[in-house]
Amino acid sequence: MSVAPAEVERPETGEDVVPDTPWVTIVWNDPVNLMSYVTYVFQRVFGYAKPRAEKLMLDVHHKGKAVVSSGTRESMERDAEILHGYGLWATVSHDR
Amino acid sequence: MSDPGEYGDAPEIAEEIMAGFRRTTRGVSARFTSGQAGIIRNLVAQVAELVGGPGASEPPASGPAEPGEAAGEDLPPDVAALLATDGPAAPPEDPVLARLLPDAYGDDPEAAGEFRRYTEQGLRSGKVDAARTVLATLPSNGGRVRLSAGDAEAWLRSLNDVRLALGVVLGITEDYEHEFNEVDPEDPRGAYMHVYDWLTFLQETLVRALR
Repeated sequence: MSVAPAEVERPETGEDVVPDTPWVTIVWNDPVNLMSYVTYVFQRVFGYAKPRAEKLMLDVHHKGKAVVSSGTRESMERDAEILHGYGLWATVSHDR
Repeated sequence: MSDPGEYGDAPEIAEEIMAGFRRTTRGVSARFTSGQAGIIRNLVAQVAELVGGPGASEPPASGPAEPGEAAGEDLPPDVAALLATDGPAAPPEDPVLARLLPDAYGDDPEAAGEFRRYTEQGLRSGKVDAARTVLATLPSNGGRVRLSAGDAEAWLRSLNDVRLALGVVLGITEDYEHEFNEVDPEDPRGAYMHVYDWLTFLQETLVRALR
């Protein structure tokens, strides 16, 4: 399993971050999940357009992980639960 | 394993078998030899039993009810959920299960345990449901499989779970292609690496067919 150093990366664009609810869902790289499948899951679960889903997938692939959603703790746990259903390795973090 | 030789006198069937999943006007479809169907059914059933316990790969006992409602078939799902006991808080010791049912908090065992207690049973039953859909739609003697959008999604998840499980058992890493080419012919993992490789191809064709 390839794991990057534990530093949470914030999304670059402001639209992803809700300041009052600083929880994030992180997807970690793993050697089994297919790039095409991960992109498909991001589109399916979050309704992201393909370019955004692909960029997140490439971040996971190249940087070891990516923040895929942010919001309340409850909604991040829901996201992680759904992603686990698809076999992605997702965790929830408090984005301090 | 993916030898379509038994259809040597029907090249279009052999071609269909080699192609993996394809999008058609009536949903996605693929054709399997009996050997291929046996391999998929065997691995999918193993994952279902690992995740759902003995018997999990069998269809639900009572009539045509939705699969995966073993806990209280006669109750509406929300009531069944209320009656269900909480799941475990500790991560599974089995490394395959630990990958299929991962921790949601990497550095906070208490939060991870709490999350697991409330989500693990649902996660398990979702994976068992997907496996049952594969087993219900793939004839054991092979042939053509035609999938609705919902069934195709279940296949996608189930094939992925099987690949994740094989990935743990085979010690698949990012350097997989190199390992695959270097594997000793005597290494018993070799046959399963070919199966893994074929399932990877199959899942890739299914993702493409769904786009």
